Amino acid sequence: MKLWQNLPLFLIVLPLMCAVICSVLKGKAARGVMTALASFACVAMSVILLMTAGQGKSYIYVMGEVGAPFGNELKIGVIEGLMGLGFSLVLLFSILGGWRKLTKDVAPQRMNLYATMVCLLVSAMMAITFTNDLFTAYVFIEITTIAACALICSTNKGRTFFAATRYMIMNLLGSGLFLLGLSILYCITGHLLFPQLEESVKALMAKGEYKIPLSLAAVLMTLGVGVKSALYPFHTWLPNAYASATPTSSALLSSLISKMYIFLLIKIFFRAAGAEIFAQGIGDVLFVFSLVGIILGSVDAIREHSMSRMVAYSSVSQIGYIFLGISLGTEAGMAAALFHILAHSAAKSMLFLSANKLREVSGGSDAFRDIRASGLRAPLAGLAFGVGACSLVGVPLLGGFSSKVYLAQAGLLLGDWRTTVLLLTLALSTVLNVAYMLRTTLTLYRPGQRYPLTKSPLAKDAPFTGAMIALVLINIVLGVGGGRVMELIYQGIAMFN
Amino acid sequence: MLQLFYEHLEEVVALALFGIGFIQLLLNKNLIKKIIGFSMMDSGIYLFLASYGYLESRIAPIYVDGITDPSLYVNPLPAGLVLTGIVVSVSVTGVMLGLTLRLYQRYHTLDIDEIAELVRREGK
Repeated sequence: MKLWQNLPLFLIVLPLMCAVICSVLKGKAARGVMTALASFACVAMSVILLMTAGQGKSYIYVMGEVGAPFGNELKIGVIEGLMGLGFSLVLLFSILGGWRKLTKDVAPQRMNLYATMVCLLVSAMMAITFTNDLFTAYVFIEITTIAACALICSTNKGRTFFAATRYMIMNLLGSGLFLLGLSILYCITGHLLFPQLEESVKALMAKGEYKIPLSLAAVLMTLGVGVKSALYPFHTWLPNAYASATPTSSALLSSLISKMYIFLLIKIFFRAAGAEIFAQGIGDVLFVFSLVGIILGSVDAIREHSMSRMVAYSSVSQIGYIFLGISLGTEAGMAAALFHILAHSAAKSMLFLSANKLREVSGGSDAFRDIRASGLRAPLAGLAFGVGACSLVGVPLLGGFSSKVYLAQAGLLLGDWRTTVLLLTLALSTVLNVAYMLRTTLTLYRPGQRYPLTKSPLAKDAPFTGAMIALVLINIVLGVGGGRVMELIYQGIAMFN
Repeated sequence: MLQLFYEHLEEVVALALFGIGFIQLLLNKNLIKKIIGFSMMDSGIYLFLASYGYLESRIAPIYVDGITDPSLYVNPLPAGLVLTGIVVSVSVTGVMLGLTLRLYQRYHTLDIDEIAELVRREGK
């Protein structure tokens, strides 16, 4: 075992220790620890990605020298490295981009607790990304739920407590379903590690035994993850939670937390339970749900009157794209889903952070009538919002365009009834996206009298400037270098099982 | 059919508990009852796992008197999972109770619909 191969374990254990330390530090020091941790995660993830991609094969990290089938394992390959790198970069820039607002929203004596929660979140994120064990994944899902709840209500307002309660209720339902599915799967197969699970599920399917319980377990787990990542009919908790939290929290919630649940689902489907169960109708149901989500999420977004709620609702539609890719059940679909996870994370965190800045220069309101000309008052935020919006709409050279192309390609490869439906939905959804995203972007530059064009008091916000520039660059890199990223994803899929 | 029911009494009870708890957590308006529902839901799952891990005439796998025959011991993993799960649900219950306390102090009600109405009015 080489030294760098221990990095994944460090990335899980170190944040846990940082969380403990942060809870007793002073606010400013804790915030520093949190930022340093995020930077370290970026560096470590880059190393893991480079080494696994260079090595050309994945490896299994056995915890405590107790191997399968009893022990606990991590599995590290190119996909894990790539997703982890994407998540860590978004994490770092979300912290930096919301830095100033964070110091306003969170009381100084509670800042250390906020940092604690972010550290816990990092630990859970790394564990879910790397783990090869179903129950470990469940435990870290619950840690994420608690951390996310604290991140939502960190501003200490009645509204955010209510949003956090709604979030908790829906998420507890989701994790209950997931746990029940996990228990059923465990009772049938007697395994929790992904490779052993796959083996025994395959054996059972070949014999034709336990078909209904296996499907039930898969349905329960899919439903649980669907609720937790706001798949369309279960998204009711989302707009309040995203729109009322501090911008760093909204960015983390929308681009990390919901995404890592989906990544876990991808692992369960394509690594653990096998495509066999999945082929028995779950894929088709998920397909329909995600199509409905894509359309109706956009319709909801169009009907909103404020910018942050509109951005929140557009998440529902974008999550639909990711589930659409998964539901195809093919390699191309999975690759497109993974790519869209990255593209949407990069764009959505930028949208939340820049929307907050635009609100600040518009007298604290983000209703459409108040944000007129705010793009002129805060040029960089306006630019970032424009780039993020264009990326989600699917303007070429940006991340969202590439992922739509890959989704359409995956759909074309199917060649049955789903192809037509998928392409039509993509087209319709693009039109709807244009209707709300570009309308909002244009509003930013329409002349308005409410707040005169003055030199912004927030002009000097170095962390925000840096974060926005970096996120814009990530979006462009995903758009221009989409082919290279896709190569990495396919290389990862080859070593996924 | 009835035979099957008696043979799997624990599982049936466990799933009934899960269902009752799930519906309570989803539909009841009272926040405290929601939390009770959550506890019931999780207890159902733990009962399910624990009954799976229990085999009659076998003992806990504690190695004391030199017996190494695995057929005399139960699999310790389900019990371990239940313990971990209990820890998780206790902490989540704590967080939920804390949130409920805060909401009650601010709005003086436990009815989630009333709180929603108050929050909406506060926002305007």
